[in-house]
Amino acid sequence: MELEVNGKRYPVHYPPDTPLLYVLRDELGLTGSKYGCGEGQCGACTVLIGGAPRRSCQIPVSAAAAKPITTIEGLEKDGHLHPVQQAFLDAGAFQCAFCTSGMIMSSVGLLQSNPSPSQADIVQFLQGNICRCGTHPRVIEAIHHAVKTMQEHGR
Amino acid sequence: MSGHREKFAVEPERYEFHAAPMHQFELARRDFFKLLGAGIAVFAIAKDALAAQETAPGPKSFHNEELPKDISAWLHVGEDGTVTGFTGKAEIGQNIRTALAQTVADELRVPFESVRMVTADTALTPFDAGTFGSRTTPTITPQLRRVAAATRDLLVAAAAKEWNVAPEGLIAADAKVTDPASGRSLRYAQLARGKTLAQNLPAEDPITPATQWTIAGKAIPKVDARAFVTGRHQYTPDLRPDGLLYGKILRPPSFGATLLSYDDTAAKAMPGVVVVRDGDFVGAAAPSAHEAQSALDSVRAQWKEVPQISDKEIFSYLKNNAAPNTGDRFRKQKGSVEEALASAPHREDATYTVAYIAHAPLEPRAAVAQWADGKLNVWTGTQRPFANRDELADIFHLPESSVRVIVPDTGSAYGGKHTSDAAIEAARLARAAGRPVKVVWTREEEFTWAYFRPAGVIEVKSGIANDGTLTAWDFHNYHSGMSAIETPYVVANQRTEYHQVPLVLRSGSYRGLAATANHFARETHMDVLARTAQMDPLEFRMKNLSDPRLRAVLGAATKSFGWPRKKTQAGQGFGLACGYEKGSYVGTCAEVAVDKASGAVRVVHLIEAFECGAIVNPDGLRNQVVGAMIQGLGGALFEAIEFENGRIKNPHFATYRVPRFRDVPEIEATLLDRKDIPSAGAGETPIMAVAPAIGNAIFDATNIRINSLPLAPNGVRTS
Repeated sequence: MELEVNGKRYPVHYPPDTPLLYVLRDELGLTGSKYGCGEGQCGACTVLIGGAPRRSCQIPVSAAAAKPITTIEGLEKDGHLHPVQQAFLDAGAFQCAFCTSGMIMSSVGLLQSNPSPSQADIVQFLQGNICRCGTHPRVIEAIHHAVKTMQEHGR
Repeated sequence: MSGHREKFAVEPERYEFHAAPMHQFELARRDFFKLLGAGIAVFAIAKDALAAQETAPGPKSFHNEELPKDISAWLHVGEDGTVTGFTGKAEIGQNIRTALAQTVADELRVPFESVRMVTADTALTPFDAGTFGSRTTPTITPQLRRVAAATRDLLVAAAAKEWNVAPEGLIAADAKVTDPASGRSLRYAQLARGKTLAQNLPAEDPITPATQWTIAGKAIPKVDARAFVTGRHQYTPDLRPDGLLYGKILRPPSFGATLLSYDDTAAKAMPGVVVVRDGDFVGAAAPSAHEAQSALDSVRAQWKEVPQISDKEIFSYLKNNAAPNTGDRFRKQKGSVEEALASAPHREDATYTVAYIAHAPLEPRAAVAQWADGKLNVWTGTQRPFANRDELADIFHLPESSVRVIVPDTGSAYGGKHTSDAAIEAARLARAAGRPVKVVWTREEEFTWAYFRPAGVIEVKSGIANDGTLTAWDFHNYHSGMSAIETPYVVANQRTEYHQVPLVLRSGSYRGLAATANHFARETHMDVLARTAQMDPLEFRMKNLSDPRLRAVLGAATKSFGWPRKKTQAGQGFGLACGYEKGSYVGTCAEVAVDKASGAVRVVHLIEAFECGAIVNPDGLRNQVVGAMIQGLGGALFEAIEFENGRIKNPHFATYRVPRFRDVPEIEATLLDRKDIPSAGAGETPIMAVAPAIGNAIFDATNIRINSLPLAPNGVRTS
């Protein structure tokens, strides 16, 4: 079996029913996606599969093999942060930052399907992402900033 | 400007008078210059730490925390001008890496970017009791400042010697020493070149007052923030040393269960699997997590279980099983409470309860352990690296010098990561396997086998005079703890007592400790009394409050909230609460909306005013304050551990509800900057008045007084 992650193909030897998260982290060494609960409840493991945000702890690797996967490691291009990453950085939208990868991946997924989300859209979309440090207002602020940047730069 | 002091002589032998930590120091210092290269190093001694503890503002609470021993902080200026600060404190999301670097840069007069902090590594950093109790800012900040000031003086002395002039007229600024008379200057890097100069710090070295800070006091963004938004930062669970095995632990079916019979034949037959049984400990390590789990799944184990207290009976258990004699350590009193209660024109008595809650840090407990030549290296997300080291040394019969504990910047803790459970488990498996082993607890293990904020029962009896003066206050906390147990209000006759109860569930520190429980009971009760006195809750508090700092935050919070507010719709309610603890002060106001039909409670608006002396980093502080308010909202409204006969019934995020985006109200934090007061910690206190403010607002909306935390896990019964 092979996976396409961040534009690169990787052979996979873990059993096909292994959740994608463990393949990414343990087999491929892409540890930016986090284990927070393994139950699809916290969003820390969020990656994009075929452009859509998914909980990688809930998806067997075999089911993820057909589509290209993007993880937090794949957002930065030629040393330039993705506007959502930059917005999180600028807003200081983290404390311990363990939720940050998942927050950013969910937000990127949101903006792909809804480029100008309302406050309610953001809250609704990120309801499945837990931040125990309580940085929610900053995350929302960061997404608003990212929307602005992406509109200004036509991305 | 800095002056040279002769008494700053190098004292290499000084620490030979001390016991164990001295060897740590001498050993570390030998390696110190080898590790960092030549340069100038200054060490602070623990005497300063003690002094800083003793002068912490606010009355001493009952709790007795360990103090740092021997060396408490040190600093190195390298030949390239890089400044490295060392502290045994851990970065757990509270942003000390940034705040401490600001402090060093500020005092040493170097750019912020040239400072890096080495934290929480038992081989490199000074001993530290642990990252708890909001102690980093009040203890480590002044120590690093004094160390930096002494280092600056050394650099000035070195320049004076170079130029053969008196040091008094020289100026240290912008990472260089300048002689205003001649205009010549030498960079710190030049002055440090070729030197291996180490020196101890005199206790009385003056430090820069907050009014003259240039780098401290500024909203400098989190150090290394880019590593976090790109996923590059490696938390403990992300470490993958060569030859790594993944460890899993077989958990008993209930607390206190012991192993009766055990068969691991099938597991041992699996290729690459190591199985360990040691007493009641059973674990497996394998090249992948799923192989380790398969191995454990194949183990046949029978357990002997013991009957245990369940949540249904917990509060009566706590009340009925308190130690008969509390002792003076746990009791404070003045005046005559009985007489005052008996003669009070108005009495209000009530009982309050708080449930067990979980920290649920998003990074679960985790450790990587590696043995080499009889020595043990452990990477783990802990708040107490040195205590972890000592415990590992004890358990594996090693000298402390053979154990090194390193704490990568950690995915939060909130008081929940004091113990060394995952470290011990990983080390036990790694010793058997002869290879490094990583153990990462599952979320269910986190919710079950970690420890909890203890449940508690609080009984309050009180009396007021006709004019609303508080005359009698009798406050008894069973089990939950003593933090902030004493009332900040002026009461002539009062008794405050903590009653110990044997543990039911494994319990320990939690952000703010019992300050939330004690404030919930006290500030709810003050609201009851205000209504009895037919006074506005703010007016009633102010009448009975003399502490100017507490009055100031209460005034600031209510001003910002627009207290007293007029209700504009049905189900609307307003509440407030205030208090101080650990040298910082908080006033909180809440607006809630209670749906009459469903009883659902929504916090609409939460406002806090917070004061912790001179602010080191306003952005970091605001982040902490707002974060604590949101976290506090969970414990206030719905968080509770459910348990029955030794089992946790809701060990998942699906059943243990934590605050999510939809729960977050409009939030405002007003930060009062008191440059005339030494900085206190801010990680804990902003959480503690949230629950009573919300509870009081619910009463305002519904006329229903809820005396238990969580207040409304399933809404308020309004009919």
